[in-house]
Amino acid sequence: MNYGGILAGGIGRRMGRSDLPKQFLMLGTKPILIHTIEQFLVSSEIDKIVLAVPQNWKSYAEDLIKKYCQSDDIDIISGGETRNDTILNICNHIKDTYGLNNDDIIVTHDSVRPFITQRIIKDNIEICKSTDAVDTVIPAYDTIVESKDNKKISSIPIRDYMYLGQTPQTFKIQTFIKVYSTLTNEEKNILTDACKMFVIKNKEVKIIMGESYNIKITTPYDLKMASLMLGEEYKDD
Amino acid sequence: MINEIIKLTAPKKLELNFEEIKWPKNHVIVKPTYMSICAADQRYYQGKRKKEALEKKLPLTLIHECVGEVLYDPKDEFKKGEKVVLIPNTPYEEDSVIKENYRQSTKFRSSNYDGFMQSMVYMRRDRIIPIENIKLEIASMLELMSVAVNGIENFIEKAHARKDNLAVWGDGSVAYVTALILKSYFPNSKLTVLGVNKDKLGYFSFADDIKLVNEINKNFRVDHAFECVGGAGAESAIEQIIDCIQPQGCINLLGVSENPPCINTRMILEKGLILLGNSRSGYSDFKKSVQLLQNLQIQDYIENIICDTIEINSLKDIYSAFDADLNNNFKTVMKWNL
Repeated sequence: MNYGGILAGGIGRRMGRSDLPKQFLMLGTKPILIHTIEQFLVSSEIDKIVLAVPQNWKSYAEDLIKKYCQSDDIDIISGGETRNDTILNICNHIKDTYGLNNDDIIVTHDSVRPFITQRIIKDNIEICKSTDAVDTVIPAYDTIVESKDNKKISSIPIRDYMYLGQTPQTFKIQTFIKVYSTLTNEEKNILTDACKMFVIKNKEVKIIMGESYNIKITTPYDLKMASLMLGEEYKDD
Repeated sequence: MINEIIKLTAPKKLELNFEEIKWPKNHVIVKPTYMSICAADQRYYQGKRKKEALEKKLPLTLIHECVGEVLYDPKDEFKKGEKVVLIPNTPYEEDSVIKENYRQSTKFRSSNYDGFMQSMVYMRRDRIIPIENIKLEIASMLELMSVAVNGIENFIEKAHARKDNLAVWGDGSVAYVTALILKSYFPNSKLTVLGVNKDKLGYFSFADDIKLVNEINKNFRVDHAFECVGGAGAESAIEQIIDCIQPQGCINLLGVSENPPCINTRMILEKGLILLGNSRSGYSDFKKSVQLLQNLQIQDYIENIICDTIEINSLKDIYSAFDADLNNNFKTVMKWNL
């Protein structure tokens, strides 16, 4: 089975609003999260969707799903403390509810990337069938500069080898659970990226190309950009 | 949900746009998989339509020949992943006399309505037909076949019964498909195909005879004719047909001309000819075309005119496909990965 894991666990302080998490803000006529979920709902490759939201927003998310999607294929669970905790919660939910097979795949995706395409979802699943993990990336057109002390450049990596990470990130579910269980508490705290966890544990992570417009809506500027991309007049309230 | 939609904003200028799709209550969401480029799309792309037409119609999403697979049907009548052909014609009113493709209120994709160059298409359920046992690349020719079927069905209704000698003028894709289907409808009639390009005429192996238009014997006669030339050559083709056709024959016009051809009405009157206009197609024509394509021999013949299949992963690939199409004798197919 292929599962979609929608990560909507964040509170989104960067939007400059502490009341409504960014994934619930409107883009066009629907909340951002709903645009994202609908892409997974229509995907021929995805059998079931697990949506992880902050515990106190679960009822709100259920109302939204009822209002916009009316689908039985979406389970709503609570997210974890960190991104990896949230993915683990999703994996454990799948294990407990549906059981696990060796080739079960989870396509994890930021709920605030509504411009995800069917092609990206399909490529993630296709490539993951022959490996343990897949990351969605785009080439870095700007030069990447590293500064370890935030004051001066420590290195400038060769741009041809640099990519910018997006989501989805896709994993064999059993492998994810296994690799996560080998992490020390210290490692868990510093690992903000699920693919990085695979890399430091010497697991192969393949890459597939995302799209420059598969943007993450984290700031008011991003929301304005997304609205303009949809041809909507952006209203900043 | 957000859909990617590609619009021609000016000749040779394509832009990626995003549009919100409503979650359907009755419509079906279809993912296009194979599309084929029609001369009409190419004319828009090259800017070869009249200036007023371009100003009125652009920006426009091109392509009206397309097959795809069902992503979502709220009523579950179509299964997820089911292969379907998409009908570009969308009628908005009932009429028991006028066919849907001739009604003034009907919308036609890539003309007065967005075409299929989208990552998902929101389709009315009566505008898709399941296809089975047909390679999708070949099935992308179904719209072209349906146009020929529409013409031939009209011909059957209007033309007199003597159909011993039939002829198709033209050596392009419309002529090929029309001739092929005409032969399958009338296997016992003698079918002659007349064109200007010997190499292209060589493809019409199923015809009983092929001729170059400048080498016709003065005694050559046909009962009925199909004009599939269009463009600048339409006028001379129609003139030649009027000369060769027997009295009370039916001239079926399928070629599109930007400039109106001059027609010898004196001879039309004298011979009592029927000039029958044919354009586009409707649901029943698609249905018949799907049935015709169940015949493996017809599938083989249709596959022979697919000159190129180009994978589309980016806008750049679409430019390449339209450029390649200009050099192709027959059809260019796009495998739609967007």
